Amino acid sequence: MRHLLSASDLDRDAAVAILDTAAQMAATQSREIKKLPTLRGRTVVNLFFEDSTRTRISFEAAAKRLSADVINFAAKGSSVSKGESLKDTALTLQAMGADAVVVRHHASGAPHRLAHAGWVDAAVVNAGDGTHQHPTQALLDAFTLRRHLVRTADEPEGVGRDLTGTHVAIVGDVLHSRVARSNVALLTTLGARVTLVAPPTLVPVGVEAWPCAVSYHLDEVIADQQPDAIMMLRVQRERMGGSGEQAAGSARHGATGFFPSPLEYTRTFGLDARRLRMLPEHAIVLHPGPMNRGLEISADAADSDRAVIVEQVANGVAVRMAVLYLLLAGERETWG
Amino acid sequence: MSSGPAVPTPGPAVPAGDDHEGTEVLGPAEVNRSLTRIAHEILERSKGADDLLLLGIPTRGLPLARRLAQRIAEVEPGADAERLVGSLDVTMYRDDLHRHPTRSIGATELPPGRSVDDRVVVLVDDVLFSGRTVRAALDALNDLGRPRSVQLAVLVDRGHRELPIRADYVGKNLPTSLAEQVRVRLAETDGVDSVRITGGAR
Repeated sequence: MRHLLSASDLDRDAAVAILDTAAQMAATQSREIKKLPTLRGRTVVNLFFEDSTRTRISFEAAAKRLSADVINFAAKGSSVSKGESLKDTALTLQAMGADAVVVRHHASGAPHRLAHAGWVDAAVVNAGDGTHQHPTQALLDAFTLRRHLVRTADEPEGVGRDLTGTHVAIVGDVLHSRVARSNVALLTTLGARVTLVAPPTLVPVGVEAWPCAVSYHLDEVIADQQPDAIMMLRVQRERMGGSGEQAAGSARHGATGFFPSPLEYTRTFGLDARRLRMLPEHAIVLHPGPMNRGLEISADAADSDRAVIVEQVANGVAVRMAVLYLLLAGERETWG
Repeated sequence: MSSGPAVPTPGPAVPAGDDHEGTEVLGPAEVNRSLTRIAHEILERSKGADDLLLLGIPTRGLPLARRLAQRIAEVEPGADAERLVGSLDVTMYRDDLHRHPTRSIGATELPPGRSVDDRVVVLVDDVLFSGRTVRAALDALNDLGRPRSVQLAVLVDRGHRELPIRADYVGKNLPTSLAEQVRVRLAETDGVDSVRITGGAR
């Protein structure tokens, strides 16, 4: 593995290997001394052109737990706001000797460009690009699903196994969601069945080519198909256009072009206590965060003991440690 | 920064060719006798099994540690083999990670409810070569706690140390040349107990 740009670049064995490595990383995180010397002397640059809390902190924690040096670069307050191009930023990082670049960008494909344009030698990790891909989020979701749904008596972490036989419903703003795209690719690669549930306006064009089912009715999917896990997506109002003021404002006010009112969206596609009760006993609730409480998920559902949302964050550190380890620890010559 | 000359992989010996290549230096009976002797030496030195903890270094150190624990439990009243043995993965502490293809990480597991603090820890590995695996193991152990003392048991000591490390318990001292490879196979991982020397002009 030279870069991690898209969840669809991973085949089943590669994905399982990352999850198994993450399981070992997670085991080290319950120790008193969590820091490992593995990536001592390596430099990881977090290059964030878009706002992020948990992904940036998670990558920073992961790199630091492996003893790598971390340089955080946020576009705000940097030369990017003076108009510097991605190429010149990349050449600067190259000159500083970055071994890995973790990049989040509002433009789909920016990490791919960074990895293949020849500007940097570093390994590139996609931490979310536009509405395209967010592979480490899909990996941490798969890791969380495997821990809860696939574990057996003698293998409590599900090590070595994929997600065959599980059914995951991904609900909400699929159109703008790189999380949904990455998860559809990765979860089906791992053998899970995926059903997307969204209002017709928030289903992307060309979804029939994706390896998943699509429904417009959340209640029917929950009642008839009894999914093992339900993943609520954030309604991404900042990507829904409209007036800038409205888009930046609170999620609870005003309509967008995609659904008539937040209240109607919540009634039709929100996860609340009633829908939570309709799910099977063993089902878990995921959300990639940040949550719009009261819009796509109610406080009851978000704080219930079925919700593994906080655990997803902890697993994110382990998964990102695994990705950095697999990208950086080996000898350079074998990078294909 | 250089971490010394490039050397053949220490620890689990490099798999080489078919199963009957080279010279067999230890067979199942010799491996068995060596382990029985080491088990008794460990007990004798540590005056019982109360504070003892055997940590096997994956892959082949772990089955060796399990066998030693079993033998100790057989002769020592009150000792429970399950409570004596754990595994210590050293992959993330190696100094040669960037010289090899990415290694998969093994598990570090202590017996339930036990820590390494104030115990006599015996590290168990199959081959002692450069000593770098053991150095990594000492670092890994350091992050787990503070043992009262640390000892080292190996099935084969093939020489060519690059660090000031020696084994407390040795199954067999095997003088080798750097051109040779020592291949340890165990029933648990490879179906048969044997130690073979391959390569070199022997």
